[in-house]
Amino acid sequence: MRREGSPFTGLATVALKEAADHLSSVRMHLVMLLVLLTAAGSIYGAIGQIKNTVASDPFLFLRLFTTAQDPLPSFVFFLGFLLPLVSIALAFDSINGEYGRRTMSRILAQPIYRDAVLTGKFLGGLIVLAICLITLWLLMTGLGILLLGLPPSGEEVLRGIAFLIASLAYAGVWLAVALLFSTIFRSPATSALAALTLWLLFSIFWTMLTPLLANGISPVDPLDPMTQVANLNWNEAISRISPNTLYAEMTQGLLNPGTRSFGVIFMSQLEGALMGAPLPFSQSALLIWPQLAGLVAIMLVIFTIAYVSFQRQEIRA
Amino acid sequence: MSTVVIEAAGLTKRYGKSVAVDGIDLAVEKGEVFGLLGPNGSGKTTTILMLLGLTEPSGGQVRVLGYDPLRQPLEVKRRVGYLPDSVGFYDHLSARENLAYSARLAGIPAAEARKRIEAALVRVGLGAVADRRTNTFSHGMRQRLGLAEVLIKQPEVAILDEPTNGLDPQATQELLTLIGELRRDGITILLSSHLLGLVQTICDRVALFRKGRIGLVGTVSDLARQVLGGAYVVEVEAEGVDLKAALAGVEGIVAVTPVNGSMSRVDAHQDLRPEIARRVISAGGALRNMAIRRAGLDEVYVRYFEQAESGKEVANAA
Repeated sequence: MRREGSPFTGLATVALKEAADHLSSVRMHLVMLLVLLTAAGSIYGAIGQIKNTVASDPFLFLRLFTTAQDPLPSFVFFLGFLLPLVSIALAFDSINGEYGRRTMSRILAQPIYRDAVLTGKFLGGLIVLAICLITLWLLMTGLGILLLGLPPSGEEVLRGIAFLIASLAYAGVWLAVALLFSTIFRSPATSALAALTLWLLFSIFWTMLTPLLANGISPVDPLDPMTQVANLNWNEAISRISPNTLYAEMTQGLLNPGTRSFGVIFMSQLEGALMGAPLPFSQSALLIWPQLAGLVAIMLVIFTIAYVSFQRQEIRA
Repeated sequence: MSTVVIEAAGLTKRYGKSVAVDGIDLAVEKGEVFGLLGPNGSGKTTTILMLLGLTEPSGGQVRVLGYDPLRQPLEVKRRVGYLPDSVGFYDHLSARENLAYSARLAGIPAAEARKRIEAALVRVGLGAVADRRTNTFSHGMRQRLGLAEVLIKQPEVAILDEPTNGLDPQATQELLTLIGELRRDGITILLSSHLLGLVQTICDRVALFRKGRIGLVGTVSDLARQVLGGAYVVEVEAEGVDLKAALAGVEGIVAVTPVNGSMSRVDAHQDLRPEIARRVISAGGALRNMAIRRAGLDEVYVRYFEQAESGKEVANAA
């Protein structure tokens, strides 16, 4: 049976309202404060390090993002760790919160489809994440110009923008996860906990679990070197289930122009390579393309599951 | 001339094995105030959600203003205003902002929406607190704000789910007055409630719900005639007479029930006070007191569910 009318009626209204709500919410301010503080800390550390060592680096600006100064990790590490938290804070109560406030049936009684509510909430979250990421990136760049006294080159800007897109896809995955939990669980506390559990699993425990699983599936035989390759391949495949791994590889490929490949590489494949020479941007983009496509695919799959579960839901609890 | 604006035939909703709404037929005419009456959990809200296309029926047909809520929900929702049971608002927004959001969703142009919101807020008596956040609002104010939201849509039909639920008597009265004004604007109103007396004062017709079915439909006096047998109740206080015997054979008397001591209750089709007095006196009794009143919906309701419980068919009572 076909229904009439566009599912996009009201989509922009919902998305803009959600974005406006997020931008003025205390929750969002707190999380962004955390991100800003860690960013400032890691940049400060990085600049000290850069000034001491690499004076002749052609990609000085990108070093700002990736250099770690003990005890502080690098900016990209912080971002990989904290972006999911921002996304979860944005979306963990987006659907069940509407039921809790008893606004859902009132909103759905307006001439819009449910599609607009869910998609609008997702887009609203993405808009806010994009605004935050762009602001953060501009702040970093400004700080870099001030403290290093160098403008970024065209290639560095290009890589920076690609990095922004990658970060947005990564944050989008977690936004979709939080949205999914907010449709499945009726209590915001449960959905927040579920999302945070998944976040901890992937950002902390996954790297510990990966070798265990890989060794279990494909044990290493010390007499057969190929089993070692197989084991490494499994290791890689399992760790790439985690969006955090995909994001880490993307940042490495984009912000470290010398990166030529991820994972196992044989000596024969390196023949004729100029070790350490930077790749042009187009080649780096090609290198990280599978990871980016993978993240976008995960995001869409999770969003689709959330969509189906929301469509089937009874409006009345 | 009468046009049917809401029409349901064999409407059914099943949740797994339990049946929430069991094949109801309903026809609401243009301009009337129609009440869905029944205890909690008797299927009123589910019926309303199906009329709005917010829940998919398991079976049966619905037409609202000629549209199918399942296939053309946007057309239906554009023309029908809905006030949900204990309505909620976004706490961090003001009353005006909450309404503005709904108006944008309803696709009302901004300039027009501003005018309508202002007018609606004044009309429901919230003009003075329009810019206050809704988390400071009382339950009664929220209900009125919900009604303002219905107003800005300028609907042809307003569906109000338990509009007076949990309100104090004064707030209830204010809300009922507002609903009365809506009706004078020519808006067809469908409201659900378990508060009988109030429904009686504003509804033209009433449908009695019981366990997912509509037991009776009609005007309050129709229902009274069907369930109680008569539309009038005469309370007779007489001594020294067997009232039942004395009144036997009087045209128009449906039942004579002793209440206590010398008090009896007589259900009748017309005002039979003179005839009752004559009979009592000619039988040698002393008539102390006699009072007449119209049968209320309360009695209909109680009696109907008593009968339904004891398994008696309503048709037999009529």
